[in-house]
Amino acid sequence: MKNKQIKKLDIYWFIFIIILFAIPLIPQVAGNTFIQHILVLVLLYASMSQAWNIIGGYCGQVSFGHSVFFGIGAYGAGMAVVKFGIAPWPGVLIGALAAMVVAVLISYPCFKLKGHYFAIATFAIVEIFNRLFMVWYWVEGALGLDYPLVEEGWKNFMWYETKIPYYYGALILFVIIFGLVRFIEINRFGFYLQAVREDQETAESTGINSTLVKLMAMGLSAFLAALCGAFFVQYSLRVDPPMVMCLSISMTFVLVTILGGTGTFLGPLLGAMILIPLQEYTRVLWGGLGSGIDLIVFGILIVLIMVRQPKGIMGMINEITKYLKTRKSNLDSESPEKV
Amino acid sequence: MALLEVKGISKNFGSLLANNDVSFDVKEGSIVGLIGPNGAGKTTLFNCITGIYKASKGNVKFLGNDITNLPPYRVARLGAVRTFQIVHTLKEMSVFNNIIIGAYLRESNSEKAAKIAEDCLDICFLKEVRNKRAGDLTIGLKKRLELARALATAPKLLMLDECMAGLTSTEVKESVELIKNLKIKGITFLIVEHIMEAIMPIADKIVVLDSGIKIAEDKPEIIIRDKRVIEAYFGQKFSKRLQQKGGAKTNG
Repeated sequence: MKNKQIKKLDIYWFIFIIILFAIPLIPQVAGNTFIQHILVLVLLYASMSQAWNIIGGYCGQVSFGHSVFFGIGAYGAGMAVVKFGIAPWPGVLIGALAAMVVAVLISYPCFKLKGHYFAIATFAIVEIFNRLFMVWYWVEGALGLDYPLVEEGWKNFMWYETKIPYYYGALILFVIIFGLVRFIEINRFGFYLQAVREDQETAESTGINSTLVKLMAMGLSAFLAALCGAFFVQYSLRVDPPMVMCLSISMTFVLVTILGGTGTFLGPLLGAMILIPLQEYTRVLWGGLGSGIDLIVFGILIVLIMVRQPKGIMGMINEITKYLKTRKSNLDSESPEKV
Repeated sequence: MALLEVKGISKNFGSLLANNDVSFDVKEGSIVGLIGPNGAGKTTLFNCITGIYKASKGNVKFLGNDITNLPPYRVARLGAVRTFQIVHTLKEMSVFNNIIIGAYLRESNSEKAAKIAEDCLDICFLKEVRNKRAGDLTIGLKKRLELARALATAPKLLMLDECMAGLTSTEVKESVELIKNLKIKGITFLIVEHIMEAIMPIADKIVVLDSGIKIAEDKPEIIIRDKRVIEAYFGQKFSKRLQQKGGAKTNG
């Protein structure tokens, strides 16, 4: 019964991915870089939030430090291109691995803290890394890295005229991260993550090494967040510390997931689908005045939804389907009596 | 050979001595009851054995391995699994998922683990609530769910901390039956319990704690006549009742 449901869901998901691959064939999309831009950002933010969701949602360790890993990934790719003048790919890998190592090293002491205290500790880490990169001469400090003009194409992962290849790049990232999380979700590791979230003491007494589980989740999450960071720098062609290692990026990871539904598979995608169009359209409509309006609206949305349902939009959807199902079964059981 | 050997365990919290030089052993395939008045240090002893607390003195051997001060998850992996006095269900997860967490300890393949979990659902009579949220269950079902999760880890020794407190008398009977059936399957039990009607008939041995000290260790029939135990715990009235019951049994 349960396995069948999983398979059905996966088929729908597969169809959805194919549709995503076909979207750029629509002429309205192919000719409009603004829509392309929004699509790229939705996929990127959904991927980022899904990476956060592994540790913050499934494992329940709310981290505000993910902009650090995002930034390290961005700097990895950026350094390869700007400083060493090579293709970004080796930098992407090194950046992601470095992010993973940093994540494990800083979370090990932090995992001795629980709940809010863990979240507070991760806040501090963002500030530390922000200052560190500001004064670090080798990575150009506060000046940041500006991309030189290089040849277009997949080798350098850079395009100037069109955003379609970026869209496909983001889509591949999206498929990898969502696929990985789906794989984790239905296997042992996913259950262990949830067990640690629900009750650490029980998890331990059932034979789960909760510290190891948390460290693995954090390492994986940081690795994936760093990949997103690398994509981000290739897309914006510039990086400096306040752009990536700041609390507002950290908050984006968290808020998108919370709005969509923490610890749910589709939550990050839904959250990104609401936040990004809101952010980009308000910016277009109000120009400079508009900056911040998106966050005001987004904040109000979060408050409204959280009051009703702490599990976000996905929680609401589940509630509604449950209600409809019970109503339907009630109707079914009533109807034979009437006949 | 004894499955579990507890030797001279002491545990103090500051100046409070919760366990003082407690020693006993649990033979393979037996049911050992651990009783005593409130605050006698029963749960503390459990926590010392399973590694949640670090014992101040003494050592614990399980299957010949020294498990003193091992972290809880290593103790569980060796096959000594416990339940909690205050139920620890994984609230947001379904009943089935709660149990499969236990099953994953010995089986990393999801399908096989699911099968083990289904079996444990059956054994513990939890079939009807399979897809319910664990947090929505009644206390009786939650306690049984904890037992099912512990069972799914294929333990050698099950340590139950007041798994029948707060249950209705029918539920207590069901639980007793369940424990008897599991004993036949070769699982050893160490049970903390306050309901004497439940523990006395099934136990092979009773260990009595009072103020952190072991005051008696013997067969149930002898324990109910023990003067010190009666003074510390049962009270005169109850021990008479128990003795009458025990007497009736031997006569019949």
